[in-house]
Amino acid sequence: MPSLKDLKNRIASVKSTRKITKAMQMVAAAKLKRAQDAATAARPYASRMASVLANLSASAGAGGPKLLAGTGQDETHLVIVITAERGLAGGFNSYVVKLAKQKIGELRAEGKTVKILTVGKKGREQLSRDYGDMFISHVDLGDVKGGNYTESAIGLGQSLTAMFDEGEFDVATLIYSQFKNVLTQVPTAQQIIPASAPADAETVDLTGAIYRYEPSETEILETLLPRYINTQILSAILESAAGEQASRMTAMDNATRNAGDMIDSLSLQYNRARQAQITKELIEIISGAEAL
Amino acid sequence: MADKLHFSLVSPARELFSGEVDHVIAPGTEGEFGVLANHAPFMTTLKNGIVRVLEGDSVTMRIFVRGGFADVTPDGLTILAEEARDLDGIKTEEITSELEATLLKMQALDKDDTSRATLQAHYDYLESLRAALAH
Repeated sequence: MPSLKDLKNRIASVKSTRKITKAMQMVAAAKLKRAQDAATAARPYASRMASVLANLSASAGAGGPKLLAGTGQDETHLVIVITAERGLAGGFNSYVVKLAKQKIGELRAEGKTVKILTVGKKGREQLSRDYGDMFISHVDLGDVKGGNYTESAIGLGQSLTAMFDEGEFDVATLIYSQFKNVLTQVPTAQQIIPASAPADAETVDLTGAIYRYEPSETEILETLLPRYINTQILSAILESAAGEQASRMTAMDNATRNAGDMIDSLSLQYNRARQAQITKELIEIISGAEAL
Repeated sequence: MADKLHFSLVSPARELFSGEVDHVIAPGTEGEFGVLANHAPFMTTLKNGIVRVLEGDSVTMRIFVRGGFADVTPDGLTILAEEARDLDGIKTEEITSELEATLLKMQALDKDDTSRATLQAHYDYLESLRAALAH
């Protein structure tokens, strides 16, 4: 049975924890608004780009550039895992890492060589325990200010394209958390190299029409593909950033509520113990008086 | 009443414009071109320059774009720009100070930093934007 003083201390400590989680929740809510706006604002570009690519690749056929057609091999896979820089966001990072592990396991079972590139500190920490020797690079988002991930995304895209040209991998897959809404983020795996237009991209029926290209079709594809990859990476990072804030907000909201419940039950316990002590003292006094 | 052209201009940061217009003039790498409603399917890369939106004979909007693509389909015209700004409402001084900031950032970087090329492209864009404003 904890003493009155112990209970009092515990209540005070839970109260200050609640203050912190409450503050974290409010900070996450404010950041979520911005991250969500950025993610939504980037969507039209990404989806337009996807439909342009879908149109182009439909007419280019199999003879397109390597970024579209692939190397013709399927040996070395690069897995790019996008997670957050910080924890305390519920299961956010773990879900992405879980999907990544599952994907890596499948690829290894098929006998493929797997290389890992991580974006965000948490994914690297969690994956390095099992796959430390497969890491080839890491992108740190910690010093990116104000949610401006464009430069990081373009930098990563360029180094991916360069690595692909040097034949360091055959297939690249992005694993990130897709932001559906505040309560749901879906861990998603998406192949970006060789580029494939998503199946749901709108294509225009061009039967009978002659599409004209200026300069040639191949030249357009060659400029478009690296940008398409950059765009995909950027939108994945933005989605992940929005998801992180949403997930943290929910997690901290739960933590605040749990702390409240705990304070209630501790206060009840404290009051009972206090009442019991008063009753005990009274009994002592009364029985003392009766004895006289 | 002539048909309207559905025009949308998007940059990675946001959708700048989407709506029905009469006529759009854009700077293609192989020459400036105009698009009216029911244009034949056509696709081109863009160079730095001004996209003009016309209603009737008067220019209603001027947007300065950096590179990208224009895609004309039976549904309309889509411009995907690397970077885009509405020319009305920006001042030469703002661009000048942004130019200086970009230059400083570039000097702070190592020679072989990958983001250098990106900054250089941004710098060139601002410079041509300033030139366009001077006219």
